[in-house]
Amino acid sequence: MMRVIRDYGVFLQRCARIAFVGDWRYYAWMGALTVVVLLGLNAYAKQLVSGLISTGMSDQVSWGVYIANFTFLVGVAAAAVMMVIPVYIYDNEELHDLVIFGELLAVAAILMCLAFVTVDLGRPDRFWHLIPGIGQFNFPASMLSWDVLVLNGYLLLNLHICGYLLYCRYQGKKPAKWFYIPFVFVAIVWAVSIHTVTAFLYVGLGGRPFWNSSIVGPRFLASAFTAGPALIILALQVIRRITAYHITDKALLTLRSIVQVSMLINVFLLLNEVFKEFYSGNLHVVSSKYLFVGLHGYHALVPWIWTAITCNLVAMVLLLLPVSRSLRWLNLTCVLCIVGIWIEKGMGLVIPGFIPTPLGQIVEYTPSLNETLICLGIWAFGLLCYTIFLRMAVPIMQGRLSKANERQPDSGVALPDPQTAPGH
Amino acid sequence: MPTSDSSSEFRVNPPGLDRRNFLRTSAVLATGLAAVAASLRPLMDLDDYTTVERFLQKYYKELTPAEMDRVLKRIEREVEKQYGVRPHVRDLKPMDGVEFVYALNLTRCIGCRKCVHACVAENNQSRNPEIQYIRVLKMPHGSLDMDNAEHDYAPALVPEPGFFYMPVQCQQCKNPPCVKVCPVHATWQETDGITVIDYDWCIGCRYCEAACPYWARRFNFTKPSLPKERINPDMAYLGNRPRRQGVMEKCHFCIQRTRAGRYPACVEVCPTGARKFGNVLDPESEVAQILRTKRVFIQLKEEMGTSPRFFYYFDV
Repeated sequence: MMRVIRDYGVFLQRCARIAFVGDWRYYAWMGALTVVVLLGLNAYAKQLVSGLISTGMSDQVSWGVYIANFTFLVGVAAAAVMMVIPVYIYDNEELHDLVIFGELLAVAAILMCLAFVTVDLGRPDRFWHLIPGIGQFNFPASMLSWDVLVLNGYLLLNLHICGYLLYCRYQGKKPAKWFYIPFVFVAIVWAVSIHTVTAFLYVGLGGRPFWNSSIVGPRFLASAFTAGPALIILALQVIRRITAYHITDKALLTLRSIVQVSMLINVFLLLNEVFKEFYSGNLHVVSSKYLFVGLHGYHALVPWIWTAITCNLVAMVLLLLPVSRSLRWLNLTCVLCIVGIWIEKGMGLVIPGFIPTPLGQIVEYTPSLNETLICLGIWAFGLLCYTIFLRMAVPIMQGRLSKANERQPDSGVALPDPQTAPGH
Repeated sequence: MPTSDSSSEFRVNPPGLDRRNFLRTSAVLATGLAAVAASLRPLMDLDDYTTVERFLQKYYKELTPAEMDRVLKRIEREVEKQYGVRPHVRDLKPMDGVEFVYALNLTRCIGCRKCVHACVAENNQSRNPEIQYIRVLKMPHGSLDMDNAEHDYAPALVPEPGFFYMPVQCQQCKNPPCVKVCPVHATWQETDGITVIDYDWCIGCRYCEAACPYWARRFNFTKPSLPKERINPDMAYLGNRPRRQGVMEKCHFCIQRTRAGRYPACVEVCPTGARKFGNVLDPESEVAQILRTKRVFIQLKEEMGTSPRFFYYFDV
């Protein structure tokens, strides 16, 4: 028993150590991210003191870019499932050794989600009121309580799967199927649930006709399965370039097909929504009008949404053309997908729900500088986490960081003292 | 010993380099800590954000009478310290056999906004930034479509010909969406029909504000500020005691008055008698008579299924 704990301790220690080791590019990248994280932390400290008045939000538009980013990132986290399904259900060979990078991205995305909801709270000191058992958890009535459960559950599931598989690889052992396969399948359903629940957060509000529409859930999933795999395509290429990890073009093209189909569905669903809103011409169209063409002289979101639609349409056409089989074009397409969906799901979904207010007032919203810094800080924090995860995972997957080389003097990290180590 | 390229990144330093390595690590660590400390510097101004007592305070419904007593005393002390006025803070419970209902005569309302300001004065709302529970809409004759409403009308004289005025505040729904969505039960409906907020339990997620179809909820985006001389010292725990930064508030039918047998401030101040308030379970009450005899009355956004306890009616 002691030996098991000691072995695991050494594993964790070596992983932690390696996160601080790298070439100058690694240090420059991590240093730059740390600076942005600290800027964000500073902005958050200011917000804690002055209150959310330091943001662009108001009683009229009471959620802003924090919740917008949160919504987008839940989608990114859910999208890991688009690698898990081909590998575990269709036995895709190409993606087999890559699926862990998707799952680690999900972990980083969930951490960002949790950070984004935390900075949005007016009283973060009272977070414990949300903890089931010691607080007052309004489950199952409040969709927010569902979200707390599914997001944290998804985080734990992915941490377990990634952690277990990496540790097995480190030890050179074959993972015990019963100890992770059931969790993988639970995680597939769970991934769909996190984004559905997040959609229901909006859909459930009868007083906001812009959100109170059954198409929001399907649109969330379609856009998530577009932007998420697009992000993974880019991440995999960065991994391939920097670490020489074996990633085939075929694997990237498999993900391309997923992005392709999802984007088609996404655009189709958007079309459905636009038709229903504008053709029937009932009074509930005001928010959509504000979003797409402006309302009574207010049109802050119009350039945003048309940028998003342009990105999505161009990306869709590129995805349909053989040209996006070349990696350069595929990368451009992925960037377009990510930008398009970030706007559409973020600013394009959250803000117009509040404009006009239920009493017909139009107050526009622009994020403040402090708010933007906090967002950048959280994004940098997420990238920092993902980089660290990859820094640990890649050498383990390559077999360069393993139990076998634990005791070699030139590679052993934090060797325990032989006199005190048990078993001697 | 030859080391391959691939394993060099996992190497521990040769013994001779330990000292230099130690110094370098310390320098990096010190710089890092200094940077974190510097970025957290604004927190120095975080005075009075919370105290151990406030942090650990239990949920309203779980407080024993003795604990409630201590909490009320503490609030009195805190208010006195901050505003120099010793308030009287009570925990007023709903009365048996009472369900409060509000009726507002749209034919009579002239849009003078006296109710708005009486409400602010009564309920110790923040004056800067301004928080108001009542929003009076100026609407063109004939339509209840609120997208045509004017919110910040300011003519020399009201009423203006061609318009009617519709004050909107918390509708005290029988089926309140705000209560349903609150993740921590910080807002709930009491037996007398008033939906209240435990200001000391709210986490400030503003989900209720998004859920309310009547835009009745307000958030304290910063520390509320109200002048000492304007404090109303007659306070209730679930009512008009001063709020803190980062929590929700809204109209509570002047709980500190109505649960003690008085009218809400907005009813008292209305110069035209457009506002009526009372116990709908008492057939002799004014509101019960209005609901019985008026030919038409309106519940705002009836199709939401929220079933407001706030009725608009006309002199017909």
